Parts: sequence; C-alpha cells; structure tokens
Amino acid sequence: MKHAATAFITTLVILAGSGSTIAHHGAATFDTGKELTMQGTVTEWVWSNPHCFLKFDVMEKDGTVRGWTVETSNPPDMVNRGWSRRSFKGGEKVTVVVEPVKSGNPVGRLLTVTFGDGKVLSTRG
Amino acid sequence: MSRRLALAGLTAAGVLCLSVVASNQATRVPGAQYDSDFPNEKPGPAPRRDLSGIWEPARGPGDAIQATGAKAMPDSGRPEHQLPFTPEGLKANLANKPAWGPRAVASALSNDPQPTCEPQGWPRLILHNYRTAQIAQTPKQMLFLYQFNRKWRNIWTDGRANPKVDDFLEPRWWGYSVGRWQDDYTFVAETVGMDERTWLDNVGRPHSWEARVEERYVRRDAVHIDVTITIDDPTFYSKPWVALDKLALRLQPDTFDIREMECSPSEFARYQKEFAEPAAGVGGQR
Repeated sequence: MKHAATAFITTLVILAGSGSTIAHHGAATFDTGKELTMQGTVTEWVWSNPHCFLKFDVMEKDGTVRGWTVETSNPPDMVNRGWSRRSFKGGEKVTVVVEPVKSGNPVGRLLTVTFGDGKVLSTRG
Repeated sequence: MSRRLALAGLTAAGVLCLSVVASNQATRVPGAQYDSDFPNEKPGPAPRRDLSGIWEPARGPGDAIQATGAKAMPDSGRPEHQLPFTPEGLKANLANKPAWGPRAVASALSNDPQPTCEPQGWPRLILHNYRTAQIAQTPKQMLFLYQFNRKWRNIWTDGRANPKVDDFLEPRWWGYSVGRWQDDYTFVAETVGMDERTWLDNVGRPHSWEARVEERYVRRDAVHIDVTITIDDPTFYSKPWVALDKLALRLQPDTFDIREMECSPSEFARYQKEFAEPAAGVGGQR
C-alpha cells in the first residue's frame, strides 16, 4: 500500500508538472495541488516574457493588506488562451485562484480569474 | 485497499492526462491551420526540392514545446529515455541545473542560460520551443526564421563542406551548417562547431565540442514536412540518439503573419526580482 501511495503521488506530481508545458520553468517551487481562492484588487498586470504576471492586493483578516504576485505564461501563449495585455484595469476587483509556492511568500501560479461581471479567464485553455 | 488506492491514482492520472490533452487541443495560434481542421484531407503531392513556406506544428502549437526535454527523449525517468552518457557526458549533465524535469531546481537557482536571454543556440531552440518557423530557399542557402526568440540561421547548400572541428575553429552559438537534397523530397543538413555553453534541450542535456547534429526534412506531401534531429557526440554519448522523431509541420497560408516572441533582459530581470526569487525564498526583494 505504501508503494501504491508513493506511485500515486509521484504520478500526480509528474502529471502536474507536465501539464504546464508552456512555462519556461517547472513545478519545483510550487505547492503542487494546493489552491488558494482570494478576493483582490488589481494593482498591475505585467505583460512580458518569460511570463506575464498579475499583481494584486488582498485584505487580510487583521485589516492589513498583502501584495501578491502570480505568474501566467508568455504573451503569445496567453493570447492563444484569450488573454491580452489589456485584460485587467488597475483597481479592478477580482477573484483569483492561485497555486501558491512552497516558500510561503505571496507568490504563485495563476489558475483562474473571475471578474465582477462573471467573466472567467483561465490559464488552462 | 492498496488496489483501491492504485485505482484512485490511475483515475486521477487519467483525469489529469485528459485535462492536459484538452488544454493542448484548446489552444491554437490565431489564424493558424492545423491537421485537425481538415479531417478528410487528401493532401496533394509534395513539390520537388522545396521546403519554402511558413510552417507550424501540424498537431497544434503545444506539440513541439518540449519543456521536459527533447520530444523523442524526454527526461522522464523511464528506461527507454535514458541517454547513453559517457562518464564525461554524465559529469557535464550533472553540472547543468535545469528548472524542468526530475532534476529541476527552483528557476531562481537554475543555471539555464536561456531565460536570461543568452543565446540558446542550435539545436536547443527547436528541441525546446519549435514554434512557427519560416523557411526560405535561395540558390545557395536554406534560411530558417524562427518565432521563438526571433532567431534565424542558415544552411549552406552550395556544395561546400563543413569546417574541420579543431582547436582553431571559432565556436558559434548556431554552429556551421551545410545541407543537400538526398533525393527530391529529403533534405539533410549537418551542423558542427556549436559553442559548448549551449544546452541541447530544456533539461540540461549537454554537448561537447565534437558534437554533430543531423537534421532531416522529409517533404511528405503538399502541406507537410516531417523533421528528425539526431545527435552524434561520441565524447558525451556512446552512440547517436534521435532527439526529434518525424515531427510533423504543416504549411500555413503565405499571408500568415508570424507573431513576435522576443527575450528581453530587462523584462527577465523584473520577473526574476518580483516573482522567481520570492518564489524560491531567496533574494527577499518584496
């Protein structure tokens, strides 16, 4: 059973890594499989290589504001998925699903964004 | 219990596999044509001695993005993908710290030259990201214009031989290339003299100064080329190995505009500082 569990986890890790075939780096830094859903306010959408990234502020329970930086893929691949350099406006309220990094810093991989009007953008297709 | 767990693992793996496939199928370069767009196609005959045109991976843009190593020999940990390293080659391989594959380190800790916009060189460019490419033929050269990092290279077809690889030959990131038509539909080129600082692929497979790279283009029909890349490097590998095996490219309309994909050092520096270093828990610049 221990072997089966190990094989299962190994398979998931390998597949999770292989799924991100568009990135310039692998999944070594990410807490693979973990997802955080946060309400945030967009501060900047950086459209650049090797990865575009979204910066947003999240109000913590204690009233402090924590700035997050979450990456996507490169500009051409994001265009293929329906994103653009004008996908976000500063100050916009969004709901963000993120795969965080293991280091505990407020950075991660962006999975989906839901806008106030219900529109959803995904990094997965 | 163990069988149930294994079954759950297989099911989850299957779901993830399908999501990966679905993801690759869902994405496409706007305006590009893929084989899936022409399910009942019967392509016309191949033109004679002609590779010219704009070419895109026939099965979709993700088909030749080889994050985990050369497509025909990825760093999967499986026995059939073990490369025939010599002791010297193995040592060189371990010195490279890729951000992908089983040996992956955090991207901020990798010594991969590519993200910092150092030249990827040949054949890393197409063994990592074979995206849209244009091929132009002149009477004496075959010219390749690649979308990825906006690079170009040339293969001499005027009958010259490649230079002798010795201590006096000037290394080149893209090597020295000569090619010829083996028959009316098969073009074969050989490249030597590649700078040893370049990696062969995205998982840090190295090459030595003695490496020779063969590229073989078979014009299968009016709209397809199949590309095969073979690495012959007796210093680092005990036998030649196929890195790309008949990758299918599809001819695009001659009005298809290749999109820009450029490596910018300043963009990379910002990405490194604001994302990669905090992600790896190093740097502390936040």
